[in-house]
Amino acid sequence: MELSVDNILALFSVVVLALALVLVLVRLPQLRAAWPEFMQYRHLLGELVKRDVTVKYRRSVLGVLWSVLQPLFIMLIVTFVFSYVFRIDVVDYPVFYITGNFVFGYVSEATNLSLGAILGSGNLIRKVFIPKYLFVLEKCLFALVNTLFSLIAVAIVLVVQQAALYPTFPLLVVPLLYAAVFALGLGLLLSALVVFFRDVAHIYGIWLTAWFYLTPVLYPLSILPPLAQSLIRLNPLVHYVEYARDVMMYGLVPGWQANLICLGMAVAMLLLGILVFCKTQDKFVLYL
Amino acid sequence: METAITVQNVTMRFNIARERVDSLKEYLIKYVQRQLSFEKLTALDDVSFTVARGEVLGIVGLNGSGKSTLLKIISGILKPTAGTVLKRGKVAPLIELGTGFDQDLTAQENIFLNGAVLGYSRQQMQARYQQILDFAELWEFADVPIKNYSSGMVARLGFAIATATDPEILIIDEILGVGDFRFQEKSEGRIAEMMASGATVLIVSHSIEQIRKLCQRAIWLDKGQLMLEGPADAVCDAYQSQAGL
Repeated sequence: MELSVDNILALFSVVVLALALVLVLVRLPQLRAAWPEFMQYRHLLGELVKRDVTVKYRRSVLGVLWSVLQPLFIMLIVTFVFSYVFRIDVVDYPVFYITGNFVFGYVSEATNLSLGAILGSGNLIRKVFIPKYLFVLEKCLFALVNTLFSLIAVAIVLVVQQAALYPTFPLLVVPLLYAAVFALGLGLLLSALVVFFRDVAHIYGIWLTAWFYLTPVLYPLSILPPLAQSLIRLNPLVHYVEYARDVMMYGLVPGWQANLICLGMAVAMLLLGILVFCKTQDKFVLYL
Repeated sequence: METAITVQNVTMRFNIARERVDSLKEYLIKYVQRQLSFEKLTALDDVSFTVARGEVLGIVGLNGSGKSTLLKIISGILKPTAGTVLKRGKVAPLIELGTGFDQDLTAQENIFLNGAVLGYSRQQMQARYQQILDFAELWEFADVPIKNYSSGMVARLGFAIATATDPEILIIDEILGVGDFRFQEKSEGRIAEMMASGATVLIVSHSIEQIRKLCQRAIWLDKGQLMLEGPADAVCDAYQSQAGL
């Protein structure tokens, strides 16, 4: 077996998934106890998402339409700058960009909203008992709703570009689900850290910009030198973006190794997020 | 008699940082300089008592005696440093009315949101919707965003929602002074109704009269210590003579 980055990541993923399985089995009693609590508050999840959607579009004439229009306009600008001015050589650049941004945009929005989820709900957390992870979960769901609207933008771009629609396109949900698990983990981690150190919010803002350029949203990986190509594959989002483009633009079904890596990295982030969140959540109320 | 709440050896200590350490830089500097000293404040010191089902228990004490901390621990908002709290039944905390209202949403939307905060589904709230607006007397304002409400209207809506859900354990922290005198009478009537139907009630109030009127039993907290536990009148007498009221 060759020692490529992907092989190492696959090995890492197997270890992570095995660890996750062991943890689930060990923690089964606690998980069973948390289930009825989740079921009792599942309505709150729906109500909070509904609130966020209502508040976001209240008093805007075009309302939800903005979730479609915004990515479209940004796509036009980006296409102009990178396809015509900087001449990045990619077939169907608008589709290339909007598919990549579909995944990156979700992670970026979900984690950015999650970051403030606990701080922003300080009012409630100080006065009523609610399982606190709900606030982070809600932001990830809300971002998912927005992202699904932007799927319409993807469809419009496909039609206008007269790009081929492959039968593999419904698989676009798969990388989005991996990304959602990853974002939930990262969101839990950030929302907990920022309660104790408000600096995290500023640092993460900078990181998101760096992350955008470290993920091949605007450019294809192939323009990088080989070493950089290998290193950049340590970034989980590279794999999610590639997955999305494979099913959307090339009609390919990613193999088991790609799926293993995507899932392994998402679960690793989720485990880390849950660990930090659970260790610190009882102290939130004292720092809000 | 069945117990609804068991408070067992509950101790709560807070770290009072002399200065708030909010950023990583400050934390590191203070850590290196070994200035991360905290003052320990014991808000509750080894408090134990039980409340029987259907009982109305008053909690008296001066400011800073740990009353609100105790209520927050019982409702699950704070986790005690030591000790346990066992509860049987659904708890509705009336700690601050209108908690969980979103200022940009209308009364109608907030009823469902706040209901969900208390753990109730849309259908369950739909069934009580009429009753809530009737009680709060806010029919004309159902579609107005909460931010345009007066504080009395917000409090009325909050009270109506929290008491419409028939909780088995009701926690009341200084909220009986809500609204005008007419609404106060109405809300006292509603609480009496809930008591009659067998709800367990915990009341914190600075009004000793109210405690004497509503409660059978009372506890007296002083600087986090449980001073006395017993019939409401006896505890109130002791508290008043001690506090020189």
